[in-house]
Amino acid sequence: MNHWLTAPILIPLLGGILQVFMGYAPISLRRTLAIATTVLLLVSTIVLVALASDDSYRLYAFGNWQPPFGIVLVLDRLAALMLVLTAILAIFCHIFAIGGADEGNRQFHGLFLFQLMGLNIAFLTGDLFNLFVAFEVLLIASYGLLMHGGGRARSVPGLHYVVLNLAGSAVFLISVGMIYSVTGTLNMADLALRIPDLTGENLSIVKAGGMMLLVVFALKAALIPLCFWLPKAYANATAPVAALFAVMTKVGIYAILRVYLLVFGDDAGALANLGMDWLFPLALITLTMGVIGALGADNLKTLVAWQVIISVGTLLAPIALGSAAGISAALFYLLSSTWTVGGLFLVAEMVANQRGSAKDKIVTAPRMRNRTFLSVLFLVGAVAAAGLPPLSGFFAKLLILQSVLSGSEMAWLWSVVLIGSFFTVIAYSRAGSIVFWRTVDGHIEEPRPLGGNVSVAAGALAGLSVVLVALAGPISEFTDATAAQLLNPGDYLEILKTPMVKGDN
Amino acid sequence: MELVFALVIGALTASGVYLLLRARTFPVVVGLTLISYGVNLFLFSSGRLATGAQPILGTTGSYTDPLPQALVLTAIVIGFAMTAFLVVLALRSLADHEDDHVDGHQDIHATSATQKPEETGK
Repeated sequence: MNHWLTAPILIPLLGGILQVFMGYAPISLRRTLAIATTVLLLVSTIVLVALASDDSYRLYAFGNWQPPFGIVLVLDRLAALMLVLTAILAIFCHIFAIGGADEGNRQFHGLFLFQLMGLNIAFLTGDLFNLFVAFEVLLIASYGLLMHGGGRARSVPGLHYVVLNLAGSAVFLISVGMIYSVTGTLNMADLALRIPDLTGENLSIVKAGGMMLLVVFALKAALIPLCFWLPKAYANATAPVAALFAVMTKVGIYAILRVYLLVFGDDAGALANLGMDWLFPLALITLTMGVIGALGADNLKTLVAWQVIISVGTLLAPIALGSAAGISAALFYLLSSTWTVGGLFLVAEMVANQRGSAKDKIVTAPRMRNRTFLSVLFLVGAVAAAGLPPLSGFFAKLLILQSVLSGSEMAWLWSVVLIGSFFTVIAYSRAGSIVFWRTVDGHIEEPRPLGGNVSVAAGALAGLSVVLVALAGPISEFTDATAAQLLNPGDYLEILKTPMVKGDN
Repeated sequence: MELVFALVIGALTASGVYLLLRARTFPVVVGLTLISYGVNLFLFSSGRLATGAQPILGTTGSYTDPLPQALVLTAIVIGFAMTAFLVVLALRSLADHEDDHVDGHQDIHATSATQKPEETGK
């Protein structure tokens, strides 16, 4: 039992409850408390990374129930990595939001913190049904955040997003029911123990349940053909919300990594590596689709939203192949792409605020006031996202390519990733040259000056791609160890034997 | 009882999927509600169907699995909240676009043409 594990859930929960009850307090007080909550969350996740880096699994059992019976939180390297990734993204989105994006809705900070709580539950939980609950918590907060700021343009994409995710939740419940009806357990470690022993018709039921679960996770991760809701929804959201949503697709990828390596891993008997042969071609098609969408985007936010889909494809291809090097490379790319995409959403919003009625459309418009600063940020973000040296995207893609060095998979992965990156570079250079260089004389009525918060947040997220390169050694050591831990789920099953009554530490 | 139960789940889900594929928001909301009824019944049946059995061990000879009941309770609460939110969102969309089509307008090209001045006018 380790009580630190509840900190990333309790901190945003208590902070969020506080925000709910002080909707009419002065905005400066609400902002201070909200930022303090996010900073505390970041500190607690750093503590958890330090705890997790000794390669052991830590367990928190609610109500002190012996693991297969109660709900458990499990901390391993992957969970800690996802927690700190989210917390770092969240703090910069939050700093950006207090630059003015949080006005107009008294509950913005509350929703933001509840969203973080849902994300953290999803990363920590060791129970399939609790994962469903975590998805619902983060989804209902995201519905509110997506509609934040109002505007008629948001109601239709918001409606599509909600209907699609409710249908997804129904499928999730059906698959959970199918798996429970045969195995009689929803604890992931216990499932991993029972699934290899299944035979006959029970096997088919769990197989169908597992595949439906993959459909749900693919919907969350925006894998083709379930990705077309994403660009419209993200492009219409407020910038800090869109930037935070960069991690939402990664929740789907996290769930695929967790469930399909632990429950349907190599040891799962007849169900070993369920669905992974489907995932590889779909990931490559997703990547291609993302590049086509990025080339056709008519505004910067849509371009960045398609970049989210490109990164999903790039991430899932090595994960589907399942080698340790591939998973480690994918985790490195996960860090790089999430922060870069978040930064690019923020930069797109800053550009939009300086161009009057042209907003972030990729068209000729009068010059921006802070064009030098914004163009450098966009350049850094675009270079990191497209995967050009010397920034983190390049090293991440290089590691992904190096992880596959033989067979037809190599031909497919190398050609799709490299040609895709080339066309991504074209998409960014087209957008950047039109927005920043092809300008006309003229003036924009009341261009809003750049706030300090806003510049710091966007600059820091773009700068993280430099930090990732500088710290590439220790970070790739961490991701290597994470991949090794994920591929050796035997130790995870030991949590079932943790004594609950006397063995408290 | 198994046959009736299966037929009810099937009928609810089939009607729900049919309504979900309609182009107006009201049938979509009703469709999602029907699907969630079907899903809740399915989840309930995953603990096996038993009559006259208690979910407490040792009180009777035959007992029933209490866990699916807890799962269904959670699913009902979440589904109810989500449906309430969806109804509000559908009303908002109706008020914004003066049309209850799921795309805000029947003709896709007309939608993009009418939305452009609104986006810039904000």
